[in-house]
Amino acid sequence: MTGFLKSREAILLGALIALILVVEMRFSGFAAPGNLADVFNDTSILIILALGQTLVILTRCIDLSQASNLALTGMVTAMLNASMPGLPVVVLLAIAMGLGLVMGAFNGILVWKLEIPPIVVTLGTLTIYRGIIFVVSGGEWVNSHEMSAAYKAFPRAEFLSLPVMSWICLAVIAAFAIGVNRTALGRAFYAAGGNPGAAVYTGIDVGKTRFWAFVIAGGLAGLCGYLWVSRYAVAYTDVAGGFELDIVAACVVGGIAIMGGSGTVLGAVLGALFLGTIKNALPVAGISPFWQMAISGAAIIIAVAFNTRRETGRVILKSAEAKA
Amino acid sequence: MKDTETTATPVLRLSGVTKTFPGVTALSQVELALYPGQVTALIGENGAGKSTLVKILTGIYQPDEGQIVVDGDPVRFPSATAATEAGITAIHQETVLFDELSVAENIFLGHAPRGRFGLIDWARMREDAAAILDRIGARIDPRTLLGDLGIGSKHLVAIARALSVDARVVIMDEPTASLSQAEIEELYDLVERLKGEGKAILFISHKFDEVFRIADRYTVFRDGEMVDAGMIADTTEDKLVEKMVGRSMDAIFPTREHKPGDEVLRVEDFAHPTEFDGISFTLRRGEILGLYGLVGAGRSEVMQALFGVTRPSRGQVRLNGETLRIRAPADAIANGIVYVPEDRGKQGAIGAMPIFQNVTLPSLGTTSKAGFVRMAEEFALARKYTERLDLRASALDQNVGNLSGGNQQKVVIAKWLATQPAVIILDEPTKGIDVGSKAAVHEFMAELAAKGLSVIMVSSEIPEILGMSDRVIVMRDGLMVSEHDRDGLTPETLVRAAAGYEGEAA
Amino acid sequence: MSIAEGTKPRRLPDRLSSRPSRILKSWEVLLAGIAILIFLANTQASPYFLNPWNLSDATLAFTEKAMIGFAMALLIISGEIDLSVAGIIALASTAMGFAAQYGMGTPGLVLIGLAVGVVCGAFNGVLVTRLGLPSIVVTIGTMSLFRGISYIILGDQAYGDYPDDFAFFGRGYVFWVISFELTLFALFALIYGGLLHFTNFGRQVYAIGNNATAATFSGIRVARVKMILFLLTGVMSGVAAVCLTARLGSTRPSIAFAWELEIVTMVVLGGVSILGGAGSILGVVIAALIIGMVTFGLGLLNVPGIVMSIFTGALLIAVIALPRLILLIRKGRTS
Repeated sequence: MTGFLKSREAILLGALIALILVVEMRFSGFAAPGNLADVFNDTSILIILALGQTLVILTRCIDLSQASNLALTGMVTAMLNASMPGLPVVVLLAIAMGLGLVMGAFNGILVWKLEIPPIVVTLGTLTIYRGIIFVVSGGEWVNSHEMSAAYKAFPRAEFLSLPVMSWICLAVIAAFAIGVNRTALGRAFYAAGGNPGAAVYTGIDVGKTRFWAFVIAGGLAGLCGYLWVSRYAVAYTDVAGGFELDIVAACVVGGIAIMGGSGTVLGAVLGALFLGTIKNALPVAGISPFWQMAISGAAIIIAVAFNTRRETGRVILKSAEAKA
Repeated sequence: MKDTETTATPVLRLSGVTKTFPGVTALSQVELALYPGQVTALIGENGAGKSTLVKILTGIYQPDEGQIVVDGDPVRFPSATAATEAGITAIHQETVLFDELSVAENIFLGHAPRGRFGLIDWARMREDAAAILDRIGARIDPRTLLGDLGIGSKHLVAIARALSVDARVVIMDEPTASLSQAEIEELYDLVERLKGEGKAILFISHKFDEVFRIADRYTVFRDGEMVDAGMIADTTEDKLVEKMVGRSMDAIFPTREHKPGDEVLRVEDFAHPTEFDGISFTLRRGEILGLYGLVGAGRSEVMQALFGVTRPSRGQVRLNGETLRIRAPADAIANGIVYVPEDRGKQGAIGAMPIFQNVTLPSLGTTSKAGFVRMAEEFALARKYTERLDLRASALDQNVGNLSGGNQQKVVIAKWLATQPAVIILDEPTKGIDVGSKAAVHEFMAELAAKGLSVIMVSSEIPEILGMSDRVIVMRDGLMVSEHDRDGLTPETLVRAAAGYEGEAA
Repeated sequence: MSIAEGTKPRRLPDRLSSRPSRILKSWEVLLAGIAILIFLANTQASPYFLNPWNLSDATLAFTEKAMIGFAMALLIISGEIDLSVAGIIALASTAMGFAAQYGMGTPGLVLIGLAVGVVCGAFNGVLVTRLGLPSIVVTIGTMSLFRGISYIILGDQAYGDYPDDFAFFGRGYVFWVISFELTLFALFALIYGGLLHFTNFGRQVYAIGNNATAATFSGIRVARVKMILFLLTGVMSGVAAVCLTARLGSTRPSIAFAWELEIVTMVVLGGVSILGGAGSILGVVIAALIIGMVTFGLGLLNVPGIVMSIFTGALLIAVIALPRLILLIRKGRTS
């Protein structure tokens, strides 16, 4: 327990609680459970995407194509729904995730087999996936009235007084908590990013591990594609434009080290929640929503300055080692 | 003695193993046999091919030719996992561990105990880790983050990792390099226990005293070839040294008759918060000062502080009586102090840049005009110094990364000589380079000293230290422990001083 | 062996291969080939393509981005990156718009634009070189911070009262169809090409990008060089902000949105290694021309810009993937 209290996550949790309390002082009711549940629901998509990105960053890579992936799958599900309203939502969900997986796998293959730097790969697929949206949609919008009621209702449907969207997010968090901490692949993400050279000695294929990180991040982006479009009930080419960097920002605030190998599921969730809370707090606190971007930027800089572990020389002197 | 050699069957046998890398043959037709319940010492200089052999045995590299035979069956290790499954485990020389993970996980990564639904059982992992750590006498909490441990403790974790699999073959690659004397004794006990359990042990070491203390057999490698093997009881230290080096010691090193001149450099009370303390020495004109110690004794750290890479917390550096303020390597270079680093690939050469650009990098001020580079001047300067070192390359615009280790080292040395320094620090100048290049470097060093350049040579190779130095300083655990004149200095004296039991000596 | 008297050392030639063969194998030639193909395709696709005024117009699609691209190329070669460049444009443009509101004249506005660039570049540089933070994350942060400040100042408003002569920087012509921006683009190409390829500073940039540790050990003041590169990138963002603001005649906080990734794409397409240590200004120039021509050509065919981004993205991956793919297939055959 004392270990946790000293951790980055504890500090971040403290900052999050402090933030909520400060807003509560200016606007009573913000910290009410119902409102906090709304904030969580509103941040669900960012949390899911940040978790996918976390795996990629853990392996010393980066995925800038998540938002484009999301927008493309979202558009595809919206168009399918518009043309075939009878198609069950479950099928659409499966298609969305499948499409997302394929796009993630494409990134992953290029990184794994051709060893192209991930930032170049995903910079390329960021524009390619986004461009394909225009090609498939012809630049048209899919508006709310073209979508079936079931398509729009699914993420909003309440179950045990929480929307399905929140439940999906909770399920993803739970799956990550178990998968990352208690499976061989989950630990391989840490090893492959923390010390790729050493990972080989433990029988881990670094390239393949990176591939799986991209596949999972892609699949989750696909899932979020449906969630995003059905929630906002509109699909167009620029959906979630620029959101890729918000996702990276959530990870950075959450203490996921950009150099790989370090960071936790809880950290990513808290990082996303921190940014989500700011976004939701600004209007109630009477601050112009135009402040949000600058505050997120400042949060990223503070977080990275705080989290960067400075290289220290090795301790050779016995006297110094005893002190350490 | 002969009986055991013929009757026992080896657990593991290598025959005709060859491994080449672009430009280098790391191993050539190598033979090796490991027997149950016996310790086989693998002896060889740096660059003799020992590390490559370990990587082949642990599935990191695949041999180009030859066979690995386990229990009479030829096997292949396409990955580290395959080698582990065949019962081969290793304590690697470089720490192949993960700073951001816990000690327990570092020990069990890749073969963690599983519980329900095949999920990793953390509680059991921590218990098992504690048990193994206990077994080797390491008092480390398995929940500690590895990055929070000192180098010695990390090494104990590496040993624990090797023991966490039920192996029949245990490879120990310089396992005592960064351990304290007490920890080394614990390790010897452990080796005895492992022998008792019938495990075959491959023990790689530079230290002859420990080889004679714990090994049953030996195999000697030189320049990627197996040159000798047999029972320890049938050999002597002198014979092993001769096999390892390939020639008798007098023949290798240039004779030096030049006497050192006036004092050039004086370092007083040099200290660093974590790396070294109380370092004081002087260097004279035309002198070669040997700096000996075990790996990790802090020698490079002192030299890098002198060169301005790190900042000392205390101390004075005087060159020709003038106190220097060295805050960055650029300051040291400007004052005529240069440093040829040990890690050629990381700190010395820039592999993806051509030879001439490597050579002129610290001398751009003299080859350029008004900040603009002048290629003709650069080629001229690079040619002057690379040819003096007899560099073997196709052209001066060839990338340094394509040269052999020895020739890369010549480029790095040429780079520093081109700055016309007063003091040159050579950190392990012949580590990992072929015999021919080695001789060239030694000869050149002697000539430089004769011409009045002052040299500090950091080396872990006793023959080199004894063969080249006028004076020798020995360091241990970040402290200076002794200073010796070359005359009458014996290898034993150096080893004892460096390992820290000079009290028991004589 | 070494310099013993009597033995003559072997003479090493300066260069292994002759100049023409080295040039033929270079990345720039491959890119130039692609550029020529696209040029020919464009002349076939539309009769309007070869009109000099049209061509001149087309250059405006890349001149501002390319100016930043030159400085970015040096920064990426040194092993760092600046994703905040578009944010700097937004902030610089907002500052200029704010000053213009109060009647500041053109020289003052330009000065303000450049000054904001310098300050932002210095801010990035300090965070990266003094605090030792990874530039990719720092500049994602400052990207939001700089543009965020524009949003705070402007919200959903816009500035538009620029002096008449200010427009010259975006819409002026120096000679016939040669626009001011195109002139500036050519000038900066020469300056940055000279800086990178012909000066000690450029050599140090390459050395740092290839091996920062060895560069430090060779006496290069790595932090200082990187600081200068961040400043240069900041200034160039300021220059681009002046041109873009003058061309548009107005400032919104969303100005130059997502340009950072387009600029990085241009630089990487130009053959600059994202891992640092390699690349040339000529490559970036050709990449800028390719992107400009593709945008323009597809525009003439009424293909929207977003579709052309598929092409750019695919080209970016293809030019890097193809050589590796061929290598992989060859390796597969031999073993």
